[in-house]
Amino acid sequence: MNKQLVKTLLTTVAIMLALSSVAQASPEEDRQAFVKFFHDRFPNVKGDDWINGVYAIDSASRAQWEEIEDFPPYEIYVDEGKKLFETKFANGKSLADCFENGGIGIKQNYPYFDTKRGEVVTLELAINECREKNGEKPWGWKKGKLAAVSAYMAWTSRGKKTNVKIPNDPRALAAYEAGKKHFYSRRGQLNMACAHCHMHYSGNKLRADITSPALGHTTHFPVFRSKWGSLGTLHRRFGGCNKQVRAKPFKAQSEEYRNLEYFLTYMNNGLPINGPGARK
Amino acid sequence: MKKPTATLLFSLALAGLVLSSSVMAGDAIAEGKKLAFNRKKGNCLACHQIAGGALPGNAGPPLMSMKARFPDKAKLRAQIWDPTVRNPNTIMPPFGRHEILTEAELDKVVEFIYSL
Ligand code: HEC
Ligand code: HEC
Repeated sequence: MNKQLVKTLLTTVAIMLALSSVAQASPEEDRQAFVKFFHDRFPNVKGDDWINGVYAIDSASRAQWEEIEDFPPYEIYVDEGKKLFETKFANGKSLADCFENGGIGIKQNYPYFDTKRGEVVTLELAINECREKNGEKPWGWKKGKLAAVSAYMAWTSRGKKTNVKIPNDPRALAAYEAGKKHFYSRRGQLNMACAHCHMHYSGNKLRADITSPALGHTTHFPVFRSKWGSLGTLHRRFGGCNKQVRAKPFKAQSEEYRNLEYFLTYMNNGLPINGPGARK
Repeated sequence: MKKPTATLLFSLALAGLVLSSSVMAGDAIAEGKKLAFNRKKGNCLACHQIAGGALPGNAGPPLMSMKARFPDKAKLRAQIWDPTVRNPNTIMPPFGRHEILTEAELDKVVEFIYSL
């Protein structure tokens, strides 16, 4: 056979494989392939260490980070979040009344697909909706009080395994697929997908930054970032990463980002919650 | 006497031309280097090690011996203009196709990269 023909055949086979996997892959098969990809790429990462992001793969920055963790910069936010969480609304109720188990130890179940509403509900969305339902003003989405309460709720959930479900509802699957599509689509003037930096080239250096594997991305949010000098939510980070490639970021808690969070968190099913976290 | 003068003038003119065009190439290389290193322009150092550049990334191969790797300068320009033609999955941005660099800027970057 001549070389060109072999090449064409191989390409055809590759395309057929890609098509058949697109046609068949269930979210669970996606997740297993996703996990396998990272286990193959980073064979030295042990157990659940993925939850520590770039520090799971870069021993040099890990030492610095462990020192930071000795006096965690997010601790004051957890305290503030606890106070806010327990403060009664003007109507005498409080956030605890809106959540299962009084809001304690439930972060691992978020985001979830609400089959009555037909959309993805994140923990932050649920917190603000609880406030509004009780006649209080909603908080800003990306930092401040909302991030502090989310940090406290994550704190009470530490060690619980991420458990995102996709109910048997075509709209839930569509939300998952939309998030997946965002993750793998090129965007922005620089034409890069999340998957470029956090999957196929993860662990590479971009200037001085090593990009973290996407496996484990969601478990430690909200996060205290030294660069921000404050706590921020997952959607704040999404916006930052969209901007890096000169794409117009979506709004925090937009349907686009909620679906992205749904996909990304589903990929982390089984990994323990360790939020809030600290990063550079 | 007339002929030698003409020849002399001609050679002088030629020398001037050669001189000014090599100065121009040198300028282009220097400007290309600035554009390649500038984070808001090429930012090639984000992914490539390049002689003289600090804090390089390593997502792409080091850029060196470019004349040996790209005997055809047009192919080098095409790689920078739109690397997805050669590799549809590449992380490298399409500097020409997405107008991250103007055509004139891209030419200067090519001159610089070709000098490595
Ligand atoms: C141009 C490269 C690039 C692209 C594209 C990119 N990111 Fe990032 N991202 C980074 C860098 C650099 C960091 C900081 C280092 C790290 O932790 O990975 C980061 C950090 C993150 C973090 C925080 C990780 C942690 O441990 O705290 C999340 C989550 C994230 N990115 C998600 C995304 C998503 C989702 C997309 C697509 C919408 C995306 N990124 C696109 C470069 C990128
Ligand atoms: C975000 C990463 C990234 C950036 C930024 C980037 N490149 Fe690349 N480049 C790559 C990768 C990865 C390759 C490997 C081949 C491929 O994927 O197409 C590459 C390949 C190349 C090649 C071909 C090398 C060879 O020997 O085949 C050249 C030339 C090149 N890049 C030049 C540039 C120039 C010039 C710039 C800046 C104007 C630049 N690159 C910016 C990632 C990048």
